[in-house]
Amino acid sequence: MGHHDLGRTLQIVVDGRPVRVAAGTTVASALFNLGVSSLRRSVSGEPRGPVCGMGVCFECRVTIDSRPHQRACMIAVVDGMQVGTASDT
Amino acid sequence: MNRQPDAVVIGAGIVGAACAEALARAGMKVLVLDASFAGGGTTAAGMGHLVVMDDSPSQLALTAYSEKLWTTLAPELPRNVEYDGCGTLWIAEDEEQLDAVYPKQRIYEEHGVASEILSPTQLAEAEPRLRPGLAGALCVPGDGVIYPPNAAVALLQRAVANGALLREGVRVDAVGAREVLAGSERIACDCVINAAGAHASSLTPGIPIVPRKGHLVITDRYPGFCRHQLVELGYLASAHTMSAESVAFNVQPRATGQLLIGSSRELVGWDASINRAIVRKMLDRALDFMPGLALVSAIRTWAGFRPATPDKLPLIGAWEDTPGLWIATGHEGLGITTSLGTAHLLADLILGQEPAIDATPFAPSRVLAGTGVH
Repeated sequence: MGHHDLGRTLQIVVDGRPVRVAAGTTVASALFNLGVSSLRRSVSGEPRGPVCGMGVCFECRVTIDSRPHQRACMIAVVDGMQVGTASDT
Repeated sequence: MNRQPDAVVIGAGIVGAACAEALARAGMKVLVLDASFAGGGTTAAGMGHLVVMDDSPSQLALTAYSEKLWTTLAPELPRNVEYDGCGTLWIAEDEEQLDAVYPKQRIYEEHGVASEILSPTQLAEAEPRLRPGLAGALCVPGDGVIYPPNAAVALLQRAVANGALLREGVRVDAVGAREVLAGSERIACDCVINAAGAHASSLTPGIPIVPRKGHLVITDRYPGFCRHQLVELGYLASAHTMSAESVAFNVQPRATGQLLIGSSRELVGWDASINRAIVRKMLDRALDFMPGLALVSAIRTWAGFRPATPDKLPLIGAWEDTPGLWIATGHEGLGITTSLGTAHLLADLILGQEPAIDATPFAPSRVLAGTGVH
């Protein structure tokens, strides 16, 4: 988080729901702060969420602006960003 | 196993597994040996496309026969075999390729294989992610997809239920007349079936098989990205011509939502390393047909070895040089489909029954005659 982001918020859309989140955070952090722990479903339907937080484990994949399988821990939130966690991917 | 086996099947790939299933079902005492583990070789490297192919009349007869056997067996297969009757779309790039589709459809019809010609509009509706401007396609709805290693295991489980024994990690060193040598073991039996795939010639010198390398790429999950197995009509030429290397557009939707992207053919011996240049060509070909693939994530690439024969037909039948030796290999890229037809043919030949289709074109004696071994 850069010092200029301190206290600033922006709006993203999570599964169709507009929410305000802290600027300068990753999508994974923003979802964690919103209380969203299940970011995707495994091939057998189990809920999955962030494990490593540094782009290695690929467990935190979400759909960002219609692009599936984006690592939530590696991407910073942007105003107006659409995040999908409810898909079966 | 208390008494000596009637049949020893060498190789627990899908062809060996199918042969074991057919022979055990016929009441024979079957022993299956595999140097590593069931379904782990070429079987695990393949796409699992169940497909009727018409490269030659004999190939058409065997693939059509085999596909009927798969369709009958499908309801009895465990879920993890992932049978999906998704059908194949043979895609024509231009009018010239589309012209060739009409005789292809007539030949399929003569063999009882249903198919339908799709106009460019119908093709775009069926598979919206294909690029515009394609000339049409031949849809073969009876084709399908399975997950080959699990299919091999399922066939072996059926064999075991009929009294067969599977021994993994047993490397066969030599095959003699009605016997198999594995390490310090000498196993006597009535018949030996060499189903060792691309390795078959190391046990039976004179089998003219070469490993024909192929690469596959698998993607992350994109459910609904495409609905049919998609193959360009140019694939037939890629498979038929024994050139040093070729690629063709061939994309398959998996039950998991993943996409398998193929296909390549190379003659480079047993080098299993990834050839980046040919993978690049293969993916460029796929992108040409489905530009949207540029945005999907590939998660793994691997290579396997098809057992290729000089005349593009498998070797199914007696190996006349060695009493009691039978051959079931040389299926090139069609072994998953033709495993069942092969097993039925071979069981009929071993049991002295009339096979459902003419076995003559597949007789191994054709290569004995051709290689000067006789």
